[in-house]
Amino acid sequence: MTADSVKVESLVDRKLPPVTEVGAASMIAVAVGLIYNASYLPKHAQTGVAVSILVVAAALQLVNVFLLARLREFAWARFRQVAAWALLAYAVIAGMIEYAFVFDHTRGTQLVILTLMLVLFALNVPVLIAFTVARFERV
Amino acid sequence: MSAAVEAQRAVRAARPQLQIVPLKGLPFVAIVLIGVVVAIARDVRWGLVFCHVVGGGLWTAIDLFVGFIIGPIIGRMSIPARIEFSTRFMPKMLLLMPTIVTMTLAAGFQLARQDGFLNTANPEHGWVVASFCVVGVMAVIALAYLEPANVAVLFELKKPQPDGRVIEKLMKRFVYTAGITGVMQVATLIIMTRLVSP
Repeated sequence: MTADSVKVESLVDRKLPPVTEVGAASMIAVAVGLIYNASYLPKHAQTGVAVSILVVAAALQLVNVFLLARLREFAWARFRQVAAWALLAYAVIAGMIEYAFVFDHTRGTQLVILTLMLVLFALNVPVLIAFTVARFERV
Repeated sequence: MSAAVEAQRAVRAARPQLQIVPLKGLPFVAIVLIGVVVAIARDVRWGLVFCHVVGGGLWTAIDLFVGFIIGPIIGRMSIPARIEFSTRFMPKMLLLMPTIVTMTLAAGFQLARQDGFLNTANPEHGWVVASFCVVGVMAVIALAYLEPANVAVLFELKKPQPDGRVIEKLMKRFVYTAGITGVMQVATLIIMTRLVSP
């Protein structure tokens, strides 16, 4: 039998939980939070609003953890491989942004909130990339 | 012959050159990022302007070019041609775009601080916040949809029997999101030219 004649079912129609959509929603929350805080630098934005946005972003990422934990037939090895390398890349990017904030004398609560948002950013992107790769991978 | 079979043949021909992350490009990425860090650390005005203008110019031009010129052309190519193009094009984009985006944003933020645009009392502050919003929209689209599609299509191309439908779906996503970020770049051009006009 030649490779051309092999009929393998496509993974394109595979039904999986909305990890990308939830991750994008979390990313929107992180972007809104960073813009809100950065717009006030070097002064402080309202902590209550900033923390609320941070909580929403974190909650959405926890939803994604829950959705991913329930997956059974999934290419976890590929997911981990891609997520690990993407995490390395995005940790460098988040580190550079953090460096700019610290260099600009951002301190105290403001710095903590911005740092946590950057952590969420650096964790979210690798999950989205790894999920998109692994969803088209056969187990 | 089905599109999927055509795609598989094209991929078999192109695969030897496929490297998901072009390792030869990593030293250049490191040089650029170190340059940005040095420019920020020393507050070198010329270095910051260079990083922001060169990075921003490349970012805007590439987004517009891919979104409005390359994207529609890819959309009209045959699947084998699309795959062959992607095999050569996507790995380069994987290194290029995050590097120039980081370079532009990091330097731009420092320039905004130096010029007092971050001060809420500055009359131009609103324009800077508007540029943050545009970048925020582009970041969400690029990081949640465009880049994952870029990486996933490369992994699909590496497989012994790539799925033509998966590649088509991911490339469609790549082209549409590139088009949207192209439109957003027009907003960036308006904001940036307005910001530096007295």
